[in-house]
Amino acid sequence: MLRRLHAEQPESFAFTPANLAWAEGQITKYPEGRQASAVIPLLWRAQEQEGWLSKPAIEAVADMLGMAYIRVLEVASFYFMFQLQPVGSVAHIQVCGTTSCMICGAEDLIAVCQEKIASKPHTLSADGKLSWEEVECLGSCSNAPMAQIGKDYYEDLTAARFGEIIDELAAGKVPVPGPQNGRYGSEPKSGLTSLTEYDSGKTQYNASAQLATDIGDSVKRIDGTEVPLLTPWIGKDGTVAGRDGTAKPPAPAPTPKSAVQQDKDAKAAKPEAAKPEAPKVVPSKELPGQKELAEKKGDWKYEAPKEEAVVADDLKLLKGVGPKLEEKLRAAGVTSFAQIAAWGPDDIAEMDEKLSFKGRIERDGWIEQAQQLASGQETEFAKRAKEDGIYDD
Amino acid sequence: MLKDQDRIFTNLYGMHDRTLAGAQARGHWDGTAGLIDKGRDWIIQTMKDSGLRGRGGAGFPTGLKWSFMPKESDGRPAYLVVNADESEPGTCKDREIMRHDPHTLIEGCLIASYAMNAHTCYIYIRGEYIREREALQNAIDEAYEAGLLGKNAAGSGWDFDLFLHHGAGAYICGEETALIESLEGKKGMPRMKPPFPAGAGLYGCPTTVNNVESIAVVPTILRRGADWFAGFGRPNNAGTKLFAISGHVNNPCVVEEAMSIGFEELIEKHCGGIRGGWDNLLAVIPGGSSVPCVRGENMRDAIMDFDYLRGELGSGLGTAAVIVMDKQTDIVKAIWRLSKFYKHESCGQCTPCREGTGWMMRVMDRLVKGEAELEEIDMLWDVTKQVEGHTICALGDAAAWPIQGLIRNFREEIEDRIKAQKTGRMGAMAAE
Repeated sequence: MLRRLHAEQPESFAFTPANLAWAEGQITKYPEGRQASAVIPLLWRAQEQEGWLSKPAIEAVADMLGMAYIRVLEVASFYFMFQLQPVGSVAHIQVCGTTSCMICGAEDLIAVCQEKIASKPHTLSADGKLSWEEVECLGSCSNAPMAQIGKDYYEDLTAARFGEIIDELAAGKVPVPGPQNGRYGSEPKSGLTSLTEYDSGKTQYNASAQLATDIGDSVKRIDGTEVPLLTPWIGKDGTVAGRDGTAKPPAPAPTPKSAVQQDKDAKAAKPEAAKPEAPKVVPSKELPGQKELAEKKGDWKYEAPKEEAVVADDLKLLKGVGPKLEEKLRAAGVTSFAQIAAWGPDDIAEMDEKLSFKGRIERDGWIEQAQQLASGQETEFAKRAKEDGIYDD
Repeated sequence: MLKDQDRIFTNLYGMHDRTLAGAQARGHWDGTAGLIDKGRDWIIQTMKDSGLRGRGGAGFPTGLKWSFMPKESDGRPAYLVVNADESEPGTCKDREIMRHDPHTLIEGCLIASYAMNAHTCYIYIRGEYIREREALQNAIDEAYEAGLLGKNAAGSGWDFDLFLHHGAGAYICGEETALIESLEGKKGMPRMKPPFPAGAGLYGCPTTVNNVESIAVVPTILRRGADWFAGFGRPNNAGTKLFAISGHVNNPCVVEEAMSIGFEELIEKHCGGIRGGWDNLLAVIPGGSSVPCVRGENMRDAIMDFDYLRGELGSGLGTAAVIVMDKQTDIVKAIWRLSKFYKHESCGQCTPCREGTGWMMRVMDRLVKGEAELEEIDMLWDVTKQVEGHTICALGDAAAWPIQGLIRNFREEIEDRIKAQKTGRMGAMAAE
């Protein structure tokens, strides 16, 4: 699958203050000089904030981490969770389609998405609220079939229940995630077969669904204020594993510029840089054809050979063309049915005059015949001609 | 059947108190400093004696892996990296550990890191596990707060930092060197080996990559002794194991059982039997998508451990992710879906895999419909053999094996379909 930047890009991107603080905290997890390690978490937070990953966001993350734009673009396009095009304003729905889910009914769930959202994945619904895609195994196979919506897993789905969930989302509600068939987590549905002593003091939902309901950010655009920022690995003295944990990431370039702008600036600054430099490696002797190539360089471009390689057809299979006319046609460079089939009125007039056919082309319907024969069909005449072998010597 | 008091993950379903206090009440974080006091050699020897084989799929002995790490630092730091990129189709066991019993993993990280001379550990969790990441991070924050992580972790005198890192949806990052690349902020493309990570891994430093379950069982093994752990399962297949059963059983679930449990016992005890009864069992993929499928009739008496599944059935235990398929399943299509998965997830670095996975999927595509020639079955077999073993990492092998398993076990099903398509008649299966 080709993953490219979207055709329409926003003007700019900036982390919200709380997200920026969060991002700076993440960078301290990695040793000095290894800030690039934080690229996936930072890109992900940018996507959580905006819904999808835009070019300005990729460049902003690159500047924060002191990375080349292309390195960050590589990461953004390699990992499939990064959405490089806008997604539904309410939610992007990801249906697991891999074998365990497939044999438990994932195809029905996809049909629901096609019906309720859009016939094709990665397409916004008519109201722009939802979008969907089929994803590979989400690792909740004992609760198949399932789908991820926003941050959360909706498990043990049926097509009917899934349809209800989509309707509720479109109506602005967020159904409680987790198993939808009454299970707590991944235990057997009929009841516990192990760990029966440990069925005590449980919270209302399993850990995932409990967090979802407590924080309430399942499909929210994350601005960093949802949960308090904790960085316990930074010690009270401000160090992480003996190094300075409060050190800010490398200061971003004074004015972050897009790649296009950088290129423009570079050209404007020193126009002479456009001149080709002398090659660093000089061959010891002149190579064959080197001179010709050097002369051509600059204005030379590849041109396809004009003459098309055509297969010679037996033109006599056209009603009205005998050995003599065939000879004439061949001499004029006409060797295949396809060529004749492509003739327009001007071509017909030209040929008629050049080879003095006296209107035979139209009278005998060469064009129609040639079209049929060129497409592999038989004409009545050609069939008879072949059977009777009238042109066989 | 395994007794509850012999289960390591006593809060697997999250029905008990999930906080640090709850974990401590269940016996975790008990005398951790004492275990560390016994020294590196004792820990590694105990792990070797326990017979624990890596739980990530390959089954390499964990204690042995640890012993490859340099005993003395040459100035470079050492790292433990925990592979929580659980993405193998069918596998959903580590998720339960991380969201419901996270302190087993956190304590394991401390002890294992100490044993490998590492002051820093990174847990690489798959990006889709967002709530699981939050749950695990909450547990890590709790542990820091209680002094179990950080300077003088758990009073052991060992300074230890544990960082949670995440991916963004690439199966290949479950391969250890691809995971390291990803953790360094690059595309997840596997590295050539050697050098092995124990020599030059994360940031060029000695690194060991272990599966979540392998690390999470460590503290309990050390507390209860190698003999206790080795007492479960057949020789060379020791311990307890999390099984994740999905597909056509009456009650799919994740459950901790003793190794070498019979397949029938596992399914009957915990999953309420096969949907439609044992006669309705068509095929089983016993160890996650990368192992060949096995015919149902061979599976009923199977023993669920590394050696039996590989030796007797030509399959494997893998991650113990059991995918059960009943006779209503289109087995060719089920395997085709795995081919599609591998095509999607190939990182594109090695030509045999990049091109081969697409090629295999397209042929499988036609086999599903029966729009193929009989010779193409052998041709497909041949191509799987050309992909297998000719790539940097094992994804090429993993893409080849399910197809080989299908051809080996269900050749007549594919042939019937092709013949039916040719003659225009319905096949015996389709007529049912």
